[in-house]
Amino acid sequence: MKRYVVLARAFLSSDLQSDRVVPPSGFTARLTVFSAAAMAFLAVFALALSLAAGRLSDRWSDALAQSATIRISAPPDQIDRQVGAVMAVLETTPGIASARRLPPEETRALLAPWFGPDLPVETLPIPALIEVVEGGGGFDAEGLRLRLAAEAPGAVLDDHDRWRRPLVAAAGRMKMLGALSLLLIGAAATAMITLAAQAALAANGQVIRVLRLVGARDAYIARAFVRRFTLRAAGGAAVGAALAMMAVALIPSGGEGGGFLTGLGFEGGEWVWPLLLPPIAAALACAATRAAAARALKGLM
Amino acid sequence: MIELENVSYGYGSGEVLTEMSLKLAPGSFHFLTGPSGAGKTTFLKMLYAELLPSAGQVIVFGRDVRKMGRDDIALLRRRVGVVHQDCQFLDHLSVAENVALPLTVAEREIDTRELVELLAWVGLGAQMDSLPPALSGGERQRAALARAVIMSPEVILADEPTGNVDWEMSLKLLTLLVELNRMGKTVVIATHDMNLIRSAKAQVAARVLRIKGRRLHLAGADL
Repeated sequence: MKRYVVLARAFLSSDLQSDRVVPPSGFTARLTVFSAAAMAFLAVFALALSLAAGRLSDRWSDALAQSATIRISAPPDQIDRQVGAVMAVLETTPGIASARRLPPEETRALLAPWFGPDLPVETLPIPALIEVVEGGGGFDAEGLRLRLAAEAPGAVLDDHDRWRRPLVAAAGRMKMLGALSLLLIGAAATAMITLAAQAALAANGQVIRVLRLVGARDAYIARAFVRRFTLRAAGGAAVGAALAMMAVALIPSGGEGGGFLTGLGFEGGEWVWPLLLPPIAAALACAATRAAAARALKGLM
Repeated sequence: MIELENVSYGYGSGEVLTEMSLKLAPGSFHFLTGPSGAGKTTFLKMLYAELLPSAGQVIVFGRDVRKMGRDDIALLRRRVGVVHQDCQFLDHLSVAENVALPLTVAEREIDTRELVELLAWVGLGAQMDSLPPALSGGERQRAALARAVIMSPEVILADEPTGNVDWEMSLKLLTLLVELNRMGKTVVIATHDMNLIRSAKAQVAARVLRIKGRRLHLAGADL
């Protein structure tokens, strides 16, 4: 452990002499910094997307999994009897925490977006709705359906599973796509840094040859390039990540009722994740440059 | 110190050097001569492992260069100072930085006083902050010689060190190399300048090797 600390300190400390040995190459420096910054910027958004999709998936899953609705369609003179029968069945069904018939004002509120607030619910043949809240262990939906069919033929149980599944699946898929985007961004950043390192190594072919001739070990030559590219990648990624975090923080909040887009961002401890991008970019750059340097040096005696 | 046993070297299909055997004793002085294209540079490159023989053994400091790892070759080059024909400088570094380059890459402390003394010894005290492109041919060769000796190597190889300089400068460079030999260094100079060899023979007991017909011969009688 102590050895790694010493190595890291030597790596980070200013080594002007060895830095001067390899001349700075402006084009590759700019390319590395820019690509690291751009990729970190995109990675923050991919991360935000992935985390927001995960939260959404959990929220939908939790919220919908705990509730169900029973719709009772029957002639007006039978509806109260069937509601009573359903309530009796629900009282004796294990896994149900509570059940209540929606009063007309709540039914009106549900229909208001389509028909307006003045809908005379009482005069229309609108089915009665019973909201069921699940208990901790949940209930046997199929068993309940069979009992309802026997006791109240007009009752239909909707445990929200039919439309919950695609929503949760879609959110899960978005979370996966976010993670895949992060991987692709990492791969693209590595490829760009590798190209920049290869260009720098090729541009300095004569320098590398002279260094070998005067007794430089491969590790010394590689270190001059690795240190430079690692610090550039870390710096670029830090700038890109900081800008993206500011942009994410400035996305307007939609509050509790906000949709997916207004929920795009980080919550609480999630803000730590983007801070990991600069060290990850540095590690990728270090590995990519080491590999490129090893390939370049292999051809030299 | 350096030993060649039946060494051959070929570029592509043709063989450039054939079955060469030689022993360089510590503190000896050698000239390597032969016409242009005879393989003098190739021969020297095998001594510091820039080229590996296609057959035979090159043994330097008791080790076969073909069996050395890359780090071992780097360490070997710290013990063998080379004055390259084209000097091989880094043009973005000053003369002093170029001369100190072997110390830099070996991550050794650079003693500024010793560096200044070394540059003064080769007559480049006034040019230490100049960049290599600003130097004349003779100055470049002297700077290359200073770089070759800064690590106090046991062997100094000089590839046509007087190729691009006038006679007066050639004699100056020769004097520096003879001085190094008197300090105990083994010196090998590749040159096709017979006048230089004759001048050296007056100052030092030099052995003359000639590459002729891809083979190494001991010369002397015809000088």
